[in-house]
Amino acid sequence: MVQSPPETSPRTDSRRTARSRTGPIVDCDMHNYMSWTSSGLSRGGVLADYLPDRWRDYYTTFGMRTPNSIAFFPTRPRNMAARDDTWPEDGPPGSDLGLMREQHLDLWGISAGILNPIDQILMGSQFPYYSAALTSALNNWTLEQWLEPEPRLYASICVPYEDAELAAAEIHRLADHPRFVQVLMNARTREPLGSRKYWKIYEAAAEHDIPLSIHVGGAGGNPITGAGFPSYYIEDHSGYPQVYQAHVISLVCEGVFEEFPTLRWVMQEGGFAWIPWLCWRLDRAWHLLGTEVPHLKELPSTYVKRHFWYTTQPIEEPERPGQFAELLGQLEELQVVDRLLFSTDYPHWDFDAPDRALPREMPKETRHKVLAGNAAALYGLEIDDVL
Amino acid sequence: MSSDHHHGGPLIDCDVHLPTPTVDQLGPYLSEHWREYIATAGFKGSMAVTSTHPPGARSSGHERLDGGFAEAMRNVRRHCLGESESARAVVSAHYGVETMGPPDFSTALSRAVNDWMLTACRDTDERLLASINVPPQYPDLAAEEIDRLAGDDRVVQVFVPARTSKPYGNRIYYPLLAAAERNGLPLGIHFGGMSWNPPTGVGWPSYYIEEYVGMAHVMQAQLSSLVFEGAFQRFPRLRVTVLEGGWTWLPSLMWRLDKEWKGIRREVPWVEEPPSTYLRRHVKLSIQPIDAPPDGPEVMTTIDQIGSDDVLMYASDFPHEHLSDPLALLDRLAPETASKVAYGNAAACYGVPSAPEPQESVR
Repeated sequence: MVQSPPETSPRTDSRRTARSRTGPIVDCDMHNYMSWTSSGLSRGGVLADYLPDRWRDYYTTFGMRTPNSIAFFPTRPRNMAARDDTWPEDGPPGSDLGLMREQHLDLWGISAGILNPIDQILMGSQFPYYSAALTSALNNWTLEQWLEPEPRLYASICVPYEDAELAAAEIHRLADHPRFVQVLMNARTREPLGSRKYWKIYEAAAEHDIPLSIHVGGAGGNPITGAGFPSYYIEDHSGYPQVYQAHVISLVCEGVFEEFPTLRWVMQEGGFAWIPWLCWRLDRAWHLLGTEVPHLKELPSTYVKRHFWYTTQPIEEPERPGQFAELLGQLEELQVVDRLLFSTDYPHWDFDAPDRALPREMPKETRHKVLAGNAAALYGLEIDDVL
Repeated sequence: MSSDHHHGGPLIDCDVHLPTPTVDQLGPYLSEHWREYIATAGFKGSMAVTSTHPPGARSSGHERLDGGFAEAMRNVRRHCLGESESARAVVSAHYGVETMGPPDFSTALSRAVNDWMLTACRDTDERLLASINVPPQYPDLAAEEIDRLAGDDRVVQVFVPARTSKPYGNRIYYPLLAAAERNGLPLGIHFGGMSWNPPTGVGWPSYYIEEYVGMAHVMQAQLSSLVFEGAFQRFPRLRVTVLEGGWTWLPSLMWRLDKEWKGIRREVPWVEEPPSTYLRRHVKLSIQPIDAPPDGPEVMTTIDQIGSDDVLMYASDFPHEHLSDPLALLDRLAPETASKVAYGNAAACYGVPSAPEPQESVR
């Protein structure tokens, strides 16, 4: 049962106001961040305290390999891609639980929020044993510093996803903890996610019946597009939907859902306006080329309908009035509307506000489901006054 | 050109494929040096061609080219041109020159394939127009080939593959983009090709069907690059066509690019208008294949969302098979729109004189 925030909060009034407009809110994508010094740019920092001796020594001597996705775009928006007002006195955005409570959980009256630790974006770039030690340390830190002090918070299990066996071990360690609600990989993997290389991760997730998710970020060593490296952050950032498309194509076509029929995937921060045409294209291709993939027993869109969920931020912004409703209608056909999960991406610059982001063209009942009900159903959260 | 269809006006078929020429067919168009080089090396053609369109895959439609070159050209005339004097078909012959490291060999093959193709067009039907090969990985050499052939009235487009090592907006391509612009030829970005890097942003897929479906996201990356890296600002008369890459993804791409631009255009200040404005102004897409249910309202909704009658162009994509019917789509469009998609848009894009008024529909 998720507890309500203490009623003595100084922000109670604004919380009441915001909640009265929106109803209950589950934020399916928010970020905690260790500290400056965990970025690989300097030594020491909080992470060292959570590492065993062998890896603490390694960490303080060599730091972490920096993913090219970050190094290549020194011109990305100011403030480390964060909102202006999310900087604590000391440390980077997302590093201060007090500020997160005040300006996010309390302000909006958020019933439950799922943390995706930012530091996870570095983990795919480290070698396997080191990555395993770092992700375990990261998970322990999240548990001690965030989940235990704040009952409204839940978290994703960070895993060293480029080594499936080590990742599975971390899933086995934490998946049954009630506050770890999904497994987190990054979008920028070394191979498309349908690859057998990752199947031991899926086996472990299926065993614990815990959803898997991918989030923007990471560095698998490949250019972010199928056409090579772009030059600007805006191309990188707007290229993520295409990365998600590649993963959906791969997961479906390589037969992951025939092998693991109960898997649930949450596609975080990748948009959702591309789902209709991708389903149409996949189905047409299957009729045309299905003999190549006889392991697929059903239409590709059937797997998409059954196995994928999507977070809403950055919310799709069609050009003209009526077009969001057209998109919703197509998603309804594909049974995807019940799989949209509201998210803010706090503390990032492209934050979606709970009372403003969802377009008016989304009917009220759908809005309530997207804001809380769909997530409560997916993650098994019991939220008071959820619709 | 099935009589089941009602669109009565003439067609410009903007995506038609000739059979890949054999090295023997190219012989007359190569120097003695390269003929000897090819014979000695045992070179039979680029593997990029068969990896783009696998020989037995239903999508490749290779059986339509069986029966030799003359029969294939008769099929092109029958399927893509019909009887109308105003009809045109833009042919290409992808030869995979983008995969070739040696710049002189890549260039020599581009030239040979182009000269062979122009000869084949001239000998077959005056209504055939050509999309010429260039080595995009060597943009200066590509520009030379464009300049060499642009004076030929049959040459209406520069053919480049969707798969690249860097997307086409990158400034390394400026010589290629400048040559296309100054010669008034659109850059035709076509399904497939081969490059050192994988065809997805996350590594190599296992199956061909993944690459086939995924080409839609490669095309989106190319358009994002051209817009954001400023190609349309630097080359204001540059036009781009997306061929055999699908098009029902266009609204979702425009929405996302416009949203990103609102948020962080300070990084790319030369992008002075919303990305969708550049896309509508500079880009056209061939309508085959059609990714939408054939009879449902989705395809009409998508066309409305594209927000312009000027961007779609008819194509049969002969001999490829996609299980979608572009003529049936023309029948669903309002007459004025149908006429633009069938003819007008491609006529403007390729500099074909406007057709006479469409004949009355047989409906």
